[in-house]
Amino acid sequence: MKRIFKHRMTWPIIALLVLVLVNTIARPSFISVTVQGDKLYGPIIDILRNSAPLMLVALGMTIVIATRGIDLSVGAIMAVSGAVALTIIEGSPAPDSLATVMIAATAGVLVALVLGVWNGFLVSVVGIQPIIATLVLMLAGRGIALLITGGFITTINSDPYKFMAQGYLIGLPFALFVSIAAVIAVALIERRTALGVLTEAVGINPEASRLAGVRSRSIIWAAYAVSGLLAGIAGILYSSNIMAADANAAGLYIELDAILAVVLGGTSLMGGKFSIAGTVIGVFTIQTLKSTITFLGVPPAVSPLFLAIVVVIVVLVQSPQLRDRLSRAVRRVRRGPATPTLTDSGAEAAQ
Amino acid sequence: MKKILGGLAVVGALALSLTGCTGTTGGDAADDGLITVGFAQTGSESGWRSANTESMKAAFSEENGFKLVFNAADNKQEAQIAAVRSFINQGVDAIVIAPITVDGWDDVLTEAKDAGIPVILEDRTVSASEDLYASWVGLDFQKEGHTAGEWAAENFGSEPTNLVVLEGTTGSSAALDRATGFADAIKGTSINVLDSQTGDFTRDGGKKVMEGFLQKYGSDIQLLFAHNDDMGLGALDAIKAAGLVPGQDIKIVTIDAVHDGMQALADGEFNYIVECNPILGEKVAAVVKAVLAGETVDKATIVPDGAFTQEDAVELLPTRPY
Repeated sequence: MKRIFKHRMTWPIIALLVLVLVNTIARPSFISVTVQGDKLYGPIIDILRNSAPLMLVALGMTIVIATRGIDLSVGAIMAVSGAVALTIIEGSPAPDSLATVMIAATAGVLVALVLGVWNGFLVSVVGIQPIIATLVLMLAGRGIALLITGGFITTINSDPYKFMAQGYLIGLPFALFVSIAAVIAVALIERRTALGVLTEAVGINPEASRLAGVRSRSIIWAAYAVSGLLAGIAGILYSSNIMAADANAAGLYIELDAILAVVLGGTSLMGGKFSIAGTVIGVFTIQTLKSTITFLGVPPAVSPLFLAIVVVIVVLVQSPQLRDRLSRAVRRVRRGPATPTLTDSGAEAAQ
Repeated sequence: MKKILGGLAVVGALALSLTGCTGTTGGDAADDGLITVGFAQTGSESGWRSANTESMKAAFSEENGFKLVFNAADNKQEAQIAAVRSFINQGVDAIVIAPITVDGWDDVLTEAKDAGIPVILEDRTVSASEDLYASWVGLDFQKEGHTAGEWAAENFGSEPTNLVVLEGTTGSSAALDRATGFADAIKGTSINVLDSQTGDFTRDGGKKVMEGFLQKYGSDIQLLFAHNDDMGLGALDAIKAAGLVPGQDIKIVTIDAVHDGMQALADGEFNYIVECNPILGEKVAAVVKAVLAGETVDKATIVPDGAFTQEDAVELLPTRPY
């Protein structure tokens, strides 16, 4: 029992479960899943589908944060990849052909990869602080996307493109499979090879790991490239969901949600040890929280405050220091005020 | 060396972001019989804005006796104020501003007044004293909401109807005024507002919020009011995904009448659209001419908005300029 509570994944999972529980009590239809034709349908399914872009972005963010960096440009990269893909489809004579859509999506993702490589170059080779290096693209990216779309919101009609975010495969949303595939791919590469350990080493102490023979430059560079690549795929999903390339709204503030998801999942912003499973839980927590706002009918004007309060509570619940203090206070009350607390304060001092 | 390279990279990228949207056609107030007008546009943030810019450029053409000095400020207030100053220095005959924000205009408007250059406001307005500008040409958001509400009241007011609302960006004047106008028009009818949430004027927002509404109320929803076309378009997908038919199971009324919205209306997926007219150019040009001729003009000219049914959309779609 004690070991379960010590495990670092326990508290994020509890936070998520509590959120689901609150929703279900408020409105039992929350966990209902209905079958319409051959498709599953329900609030939980919506959360799984709508979380796909955030999932991709947060996975990339996890790796970047593990190297002690941060990538603020993911939202802008999403806007660019969507703009590239939709502009190609719009200009093509056969928007409904699978080949066109494949070419467009690949082009969008490749451009995003190039932008990620650019970020990595600024951070690892030029040595600019990550927050500044990625701020450049965060600001310029939407301008680039607007240039590509000519200042308009490009809209298209293309069934294969629509399938990516709105289609179903064996009863489940296709977007869910994309995010599962991304999670598995990242987990395999990071955890089944030495790359994960090396990434953590770079994050914990870049200088020591360099002296130990770790090629920190290429590891950091690759982290930003992967982040850009995943953001590019997220941009394709986002634009497919609404069948429009909206350079101003695509991926707006997603970098903040992604950072929050990573932190909720127990990865420290100081870099080093990271948890992919934690990020997955963090993403679901945020997405559930967003549906909670509509589901509980929180008035629009208060919804940012509601979001903030819940996030603070979730973070507090996960804080080991706070839990320690609380349990100690509880013990103290149980023992009664007369008991000397010398040993306790001794332990505190030792910490 | 590394730092210099880094600095260069930052400067380069920023320059890239800045060159995107500003373009000034230089011009001096030469005496060729044309009226030189400086127009400080907000930027190019939406399809509505592009249509507005096109309309202004068309109305202030040389054939109509104007020479237009155009500046788009990329939604930055200080850039817009700088543009107005440069118009004053160039000695243009009149200045047209689509103010980005309401505040902060007193100084530069006073400078224009001292230089004897009349200022005409377009689209949005300012909080500065009324004697600092000649006239304002714009739209009545509250009226737009009211028109949408009247349509709802007329068609659904007599029997109990469940309504959901997709609001615009919280706190924006368009969202606030449209909500007020709509609420006013449906007051006392049997329309019951089930829920109202913000979709931030975006398709994505409209879609996600509508998904939530459908989960919550399912087929109880009979009527949807979206504060703009884009949110309504996003909601269409959510309604279809829930196995309902937009325009029939759930009737939809929106505001804006941009091209995609009119297309949805013509396809029978929307039921009614109230126009938010971006074609202000000709009205503004007329006001500018009147002011320069020394005529007295109204302080506020409100351009009337149309409203369209499905039949109107089928008919108008091929010829609409935006």
